[in-house]
Amino acid sequence: MKNKKNLWGLCVMPLYFFTLLFILGPMIYMVTVSFAKNNGGAYGFTWNFTLNNYTKIGDPIYLQCFIQSFKLAFATTILVVLIGYPFGYFMAKLSPKGKKIMMFLIMVPFWTSSLIRLYGWIIILQVKGVLNTALKTIGLIDKPLKILYSYPAVLIGMIYALLPFMILAVYSSVEKMDWSLVEASRDLGASPAAAFVTVTLKLTLPGLLTGVILTFVPSMGLFFIADILGGNKIVLVGSLIQDQLTRGSNWPFAAALAVILTILTSLMIYLYRRITHVKDLEGIF
Amino acid sequence: MKKKRVSFSKLYLVIVMLITYLPIAMVVVFSFNDSKLPVAWKGFTWKWYQELFHDAAMIEALKNSLILGFISCAMAAVIGTLGAIGMARVNYKSKGMIEYLSSIPIMVPEIILGMVFMAFFSLLNLPFGMVTLVIAHTAFSIPYVFMMVKARLVGIDKSLEEAARDLGASPSRIFWDITLPLILPAVASGCLLAFAMSFDDVVISIFVNGPRMSTLPIKVYTQMKTGVTPEINALCTIILIVVVLVLLVSSFFRRGKKEYK
Repeated sequence: MKNKKNLWGLCVMPLYFFTLLFILGPMIYMVTVSFAKNNGGAYGFTWNFTLNNYTKIGDPIYLQCFIQSFKLAFATTILVVLIGYPFGYFMAKLSPKGKKIMMFLIMVPFWTSSLIRLYGWIIILQVKGVLNTALKTIGLIDKPLKILYSYPAVLIGMIYALLPFMILAVYSSVEKMDWSLVEASRDLGASPAAAFVTVTLKLTLPGLLTGVILTFVPSMGLFFIADILGGNKIVLVGSLIQDQLTRGSNWPFAAALAVILTILTSLMIYLYRRITHVKDLEGIF
Repeated sequence: MKKKRVSFSKLYLVIVMLITYLPIAMVVVFSFNDSKLPVAWKGFTWKWYQELFHDAAMIEALKNSLILGFISCAMAAVIGTLGAIGMARVNYKSKGMIEYLSSIPIMVPEIILGMVFMAFFSLLNLPFGMVTLVIAHTAFSIPYVFMMVKARLVGIDKSLEEAARDLGASPSRIFWDITLPLILPAVASGCLLAFAMSFDDVVISIFVNGPRMSTLPIKVYTQMKTGVTPEINALCTIILIVVVLVLLVSSFFRRGKKEYK
């Protein structure tokens, strides 16, 4: 008996080792550095305890950056919900063959480089791009629209990159829903809308919230989309951290930004678990 | 009435999918365009494909991405699978904490993981390059494998393992003959997901790749900031074809298996 226990203990050893060394270690280091004093210059900081890095975040310039990131993440998440929820819902109602085809169609872009797909949007949105040419040919516009390197372009890119996660989360939630409950509520006289809100929406809430997490959390960090489609006009926390690390060489400040961002996103996941009572993120796994 | 609603839902699915595929179609179309700028159609050409095959740096980046994907996937498969199997059977106090910690890489924005690794690797004085890339990619691949296998283990009929034990099979025999075959599909889908993530990762890689090592996404990213050559379109088209083939073959195999069952 004891022998067997040791065997299972041996099984988890690599996971313990890797997690403690390469996840916990770096995390602790980041928190420590966030309290260190910046000396300027490459990687220059000294181990003098200071809270300056955190108070600096209150600076309007940096605060603005956080607010802008949150605004963009919120806008992205809301639009992804509005587009993705119906998609996942309708998809779950397809025939088995239809589902399989849809799943295939969703998986293919997922596997192709997200950068390349963004480049596809550049081709479409640029001033002399496909969209403007098409609109001009129809006669809807005389002057080309300047969509690329603007806020809407970033929003399009974000929605495009994150929509599949929402679709998959909602789909798997709707898929395993017990439809007889909806029928029962209809039989008891609920209107389709009332049945949807009180039964369907409630039962698929964990999936929807998983989708929200999987959209909101990454959208705080996807700086390269804002970088490529926004043309440096929109500075997000992600770009700010990268800038502080590379050009600014202010590691303690970057670490403080990262700690705050981690706390904010962990808070969201904690709330998600409190609301849904689900431990793992439903849908993706 | 009912029929009308069904057709609306199908129309919605089709429209969203069309928009999804529009940028991809653009990339494919312009990979055959006889012009350096993707603005107007100038005629059909294979030129970019030929240039791609002669671009040593691009081939090198592709090779690096494949090596990185395979190694980190394999490591994550071993660590994640063994971990999930063991975790289901041990009752250490630290279990919950380790499970939570191991899932951090997919719970925090990628940029944080990237910077945290960058700082930690330079603290450890690790040489930036393939080694650091592999560690970072393994870190975010483990949760995919771990969670997939964990979910599968919950669904496994415990009586199968008990029956084998009652019949006198050793623990290792039970593992190889019963448990492993049952969880293998979960390991495979976890690995596929992890490989897809690794093959596409820009944010984390850019922090830990070091000055000389370039993966495919990093190469594409730098080109997008300086000026894209249509070779990238060609490469993407090739990858697209490979992906479609792989997915078709794997779905074909899965179908065969189900009928066999």
